[in-house]
Amino acid sequence: MKTPTIPSFSREAVTSLTLVFLVACLALIVWQLLVAYYQFPEAVLPTPQQCWATTVAERDVLFRATLSTGAAAISGLVVSVVIGSSMAILFSQSKSLRLALFPYVILLQTVPIVAIAPLLIIWSGYNFRSVVIVTAMICLFPIVNSVTGGLLATKQDSEDLFRLYGAGRWKRLFRLQIPSSISFLMLGTKTSSGLAVIGAIVAEFFIGNVTKYDGLGTLMTRWISQLKTDALVSAVFASAILGILMFGAVQFISAVVLRRWTKSATAVH
Amino acid sequence: MNEAAHASAIHCESLSIQYPGGTWAVDQVDLSVDSGEILSLIGPSGCGKTTLLRLMASLESPTNGSVSLSPPVVGHDGGIAFVFQQPALLPWRTALENVVLPLELIGRGSAQERRDCASRMLNTVGLGEALSHFPSELSGGMKMRVSIARALVTEPNVLLLDEPFAALDDMLRNQLGQLLLTLWEEKKFTVVMVTHNIAESVLLSNRIAVMRQGKLKKVLDNPLPYPRCESIRTTAGFGEFYGCVSHVLRGQE
Repeated sequence: MKTPTIPSFSREAVTSLTLVFLVACLALIVWQLLVAYYQFPEAVLPTPQQCWATTVAERDVLFRATLSTGAAAISGLVVSVVIGSSMAILFSQSKSLRLALFPYVILLQTVPIVAIAPLLIIWSGYNFRSVVIVTAMICLFPIVNSVTGGLLATKQDSEDLFRLYGAGRWKRLFRLQIPSSISFLMLGTKTSSGLAVIGAIVAEFFIGNVTKYDGLGTLMTRWISQLKTDALVSAVFASAILGILMFGAVQFISAVVLRRWTKSATAVH
Repeated sequence: MNEAAHASAIHCESLSIQYPGGTWAVDQVDLSVDSGEILSLIGPSGCGKTTLLRLMASLESPTNGSVSLSPPVVGHDGGIAFVFQQPALLPWRTALENVVLPLELIGRGSAQERRDCASRMLNTVGLGEALSHFPSELSGGMKMRVSIARALVTEPNVLLLDEPFAALDDMLRNQLGQLLLTLWEEKKFTVVMVTHNIAESVLLSNRIAVMRQGKLKKVLDNPLPYPRCESIRTTAGFGEFYGCVSHVLRGQE
């Protein structure tokens, strides 16, 4: 009855990781050769070796800053998922509300976050909370947009089935619309996971070094003023790794949550 | 025809529905379906078969005329069931959970009673070993069996089917047709089925209603006796009635 299919994921993942590693090695070699050939000053472009040495020397500071930024990014993402999903549910239940408020959600997306961040920091303070608010704001649109779309994109046959059996608004919402929109929520969260790190670092730039709060953004601001280019490169790499980890974590959670939706490890004939 | 214990007769009187563009999808249809009979609605694409079926299920509201059932039942109490062209299973629910759904929606029985009932129904359609399978793990034929089990779990008086086997290959189509006949012979609910397939309608139905351009053109009585099995297709009576339906369908009656 059941015919097991060969999972191709692991083979693809190994091939992909090998190629990514090879490209990184090639980039490092080109970088090293460029610095050696053009004799760039250290303050303009340090060698990969210098950057690695600084990363090792500053590892404790970098690690703490990455944790702070990571905590802010995760908190902002979680807040945006909660608020965004709630807004989407309201939008799906009331067309008037959707027509009245959805343009403002789009407006929020079109106004550059660098323009809003200073205002929010002035209002909320030079602290972790402000970083979370800015992060949540930048993450909000993809989630509201995806989940609203998902809640409104239920199949006609399913809608008819629920109507036939006299399902009311709440049964329809909890048994049809919300489960149908979970894959859309995961898609929106994946998009927002990358934005979360950007939002946190942008907010930290504006916080600067006026408080004890130390994130990757505040660290970068300090190192820019000190012309510590090698340390700045280390911070850039740390933020990239943080972004990849965030995306990977959301991808993993998405795979676990959506297992029910996509479970097809075995084909039944 | 004998009055069935759990079946309702359907009476459509001057039933019409006009779409916003002005087209009359169903135009002045008078049709009675006896309780416990199988009636096939057949006709070219866009002739209003599915709309008529949806009107019977109260999924559409008529512009004029009425649909009544005797004894009266509605979908809300599980008295009317609908099988769509696509199985329309919820992908996050197992086969068992999909079949439990109508009982949940109409609020019948305790959770355990619902599961027992759904489990029995899946056993009846030959899917007793696939209770915990998700739709993505089932073949097209198995999904349609789950869909039929979901429709019958409320023990409806009326079963409405909208081209339920259209997406399946001939072998599966025949198997599921036989399954439907077996279930009907056991329960004797009223069946109205939309189909494009003349052979299918001849094999399954007591009567065949031919539609064209929203109007009911003719209702033909099927002379073939029940019980019917696949071998009936090779009989002279089958061929003769098939030809008769085909003639009416082509407008050569």
